[in-house]
Amino acid sequence: MAAGGGPARPPGAPGRWRLGQSPPVPDGAGEPLALPGAGVATLSELFAGNIRDGGWTGFLLPQLPTAKPWLWVQERMAILESGRLYPPGLRTGADQLIHVAARDAREALWTMEEGLRCTSIGAVIGEIYGDPQALDFTATRRLAVAAERHGVAAFLIRLGGHANLSGARLRWRVASAASLANMLNAKAPGPSAWEAELFRARGHRPARWTVSHEPGAGAQAGFRLVAAVGDRALDEDRRTARG
Amino acid sequence: MAIERWTRIAAPQGDERVALTVEVQHGQRIHAVTAAAALAGARPGMPLTDARALDPGLTAIPADLAGDAALVRRLARWASRWSPAVEIDGADGLRIDATGAAHLFGGEERLLADIVDRFAAMGLTTRVAIAPTALAAWALARFGGKPAIVAPKTRTAAMLAPLPVVALGLPDDVTRVLERLGLKTIGCLAGIERRSLARRFREADNPLDAIDRALGRKAEPITPLVHQSPPRAVLRLAEPVADPSAAPQSLDLLLPDLVRQLEKRRLGVRRLVLAGYRVDGEVAVALAACALPTREPKHLKRLLIDKAGSLDPGFGFDGFVLEAEWCEPLGAMQDGLAGGPPPEIEVARLVDRLSTKLGPDAVTRPQSCASHLPERASGWRRALDKETPSQARPITALRPQRLLDRPEAIDVIYATPAGLPRRFVWRRGVHDVLRAEGPERIAPEWWRERSTARLRDYYRVEDGQGRRYWIYREGLHGDGRGGDPVWYLHGLFG
Repeated sequence: MAAGGGPARPPGAPGRWRLGQSPPVPDGAGEPLALPGAGVATLSELFAGNIRDGGWTGFLLPQLPTAKPWLWVQERMAILESGRLYPPGLRTGADQLIHVAARDAREALWTMEEGLRCTSIGAVIGEIYGDPQALDFTATRRLAVAAERHGVAAFLIRLGGHANLSGARLRWRVASAASLANMLNAKAPGPSAWEAELFRARGHRPARWTVSHEPGAGAQAGFRLVAAVGDRALDEDRRTARG
Repeated sequence: MAIERWTRIAAPQGDERVALTVEVQHGQRIHAVTAAAALAGARPGMPLTDARALDPGLTAIPADLAGDAALVRRLARWASRWSPAVEIDGADGLRIDATGAAHLFGGEERLLADIVDRFAAMGLTTRVAIAPTALAAWALARFGGKPAIVAPKTRTAAMLAPLPVVALGLPDDVTRVLERLGLKTIGCLAGIERRSLARRFREADNPLDAIDRALGRKAEPITPLVHQSPPRAVLRLAEPVADPSAAPQSLDLLLPDLVRQLEKRRLGVRRLVLAGYRVDGEVAVALAACALPTREPKHLKRLLIDKAGSLDPGFGFDGFVLEAEWCEPLGAMQDGLAGGPPPEIEVARLVDRLSTKLGPDAVTRPQSCASHLPERASGWRRALDKETPSQARPITALRPQRLLDRPEAIDVIYATPAGLPRRFVWRRGVHDVLRAEGPERIAPEWWRERSTARLRDYYRVEDGQGRRYWIYREGLHGDGRGGDPVWYLHGLFG
């Protein structure tokens, strides 16, 4: 539901977020987080915080099903700007994926819709650069309906785009956050963490979390809350004091 | 035949004593010899050392068995001039089913003479025979000594009688047993009671069985070598049609015909071509390819219909041909229990549709390669092509989720030349390196690249905003392969 919130805040019923109210930030580092909409076959839209930030890839990967191949569509500009997919860096099961390098957004959207009609595909991921003309409310709504009708999860990745009108059921803004402590080497980057903001969703309360994912944990189960960056040293102190 | 082919290719001067040899378990064995070598004592099947003892001047040349087999295959196709049913028999024989074909060449004698003449023109010696059964013809051709024709069927037994028992084509040990028993000719076997022969030998290589086959008491079908043209369906129009929708409509008429042919031959299409013949002498072509062989009319129609619609009719089409250019064997398929095709077929169909619309190079699947260079270790292959097996071991080191097609040069500030980077500028954005891990050194592949290729030291770095990158320094200071090392950004971590 809306956040595996800490004990300080009563668990809020799913409700609509009113304008002018800042999204609630749950506390309680290390708590498992049930990601809203995880495992539901629908259209989610992910806005990358920055074109030069690949963090959303790490946030998305644990949410993809393992049993079936994925269809991963990259628009030409997305490949140029933030790199081509690199299978050895993806988790296991990625050798089954089908990669499509689309010339423009129109082709990418067509490919995504074609992939959604094939029920043997596990998930369809499409990366669109900027705000192309072809990507309007009708196009996203078509994708959402196709995803729900055929039971295939769809993820529309927006690189450097604006959150205009969209038919997506869940809209995220994902940026990299400072990684967790590396157990073996204090100077090295540790397990990845992300700043994930659910700013619009049907049936879920908008919220913002800093999360990490336990490597090797199941598809939707492994997400855990992380203390905000400023509090991290304090958090570690607290933990040592507790231990 | 092997020696004649060698003579034709090598064109020796005069009478050379040459033996073609094959490597067997105990050294070299003679495969074929020239006439001069045979006079000097060399025989096929003899160990080369024995032949050398008889004739020290014998030249040994390795036999080209694969080339001989290819020649036989070619000749088999060529021999279909006499009858459509031709079968390759062993390493150097052809069996032609000439039933009902002899009169076209003026009778059986003329047919045999024609065969001998035409092979002789190619420099090949032939031994021929015509008989009511394949085995009898084989025996007479190989062991009869002269061209033989068994005219009335009843004479078969009499003509076979003087031939040695080897002519029955039995395994060596059976032949040897028969010879030891004193049964030297086929005629001798005929005098023995069937029951006693049946008791003595195993069923599979029983001389009785061979005799029955030779005399036509038991059927021995031949499986002819047939060259098949690809399945195609043709539609001729009474008048030229200039309507662009004619081509898509023609699919409705052509596809059922093509699919029927494919079903009959148990084939599936891998590449399909629709050719529209225009009145002005042009041919407009639409092409579709499939990742897995298929003959599902709905799927094939869906692949071709868009491209067919965009064919330019010019002054009008007056004919359409739908041809399955590339086919693969495909048995009958069973649908899944839940109905609908199995998942791998569904995915293959998706690949077909995408490849047809976007071009085969745009739709790819990962292909690993045994290499340490990141961009080589994992490449992409066309999803339409089959996976090529690779001996690459799975990469266990941490790798980024995204890799730039071309590493981009960055400006790096570092504390020491060989130390960790402190700050870098990529695409005009400044990134402070807060945390870094490395180097992971990847040496150049000297067997593939030039001697000036430099090693790479890869670092995993994280900047102030938590973005993680994979950067490398190409070369070292003073490695003698160019000036100062250059830094590149290669990948993005998720």
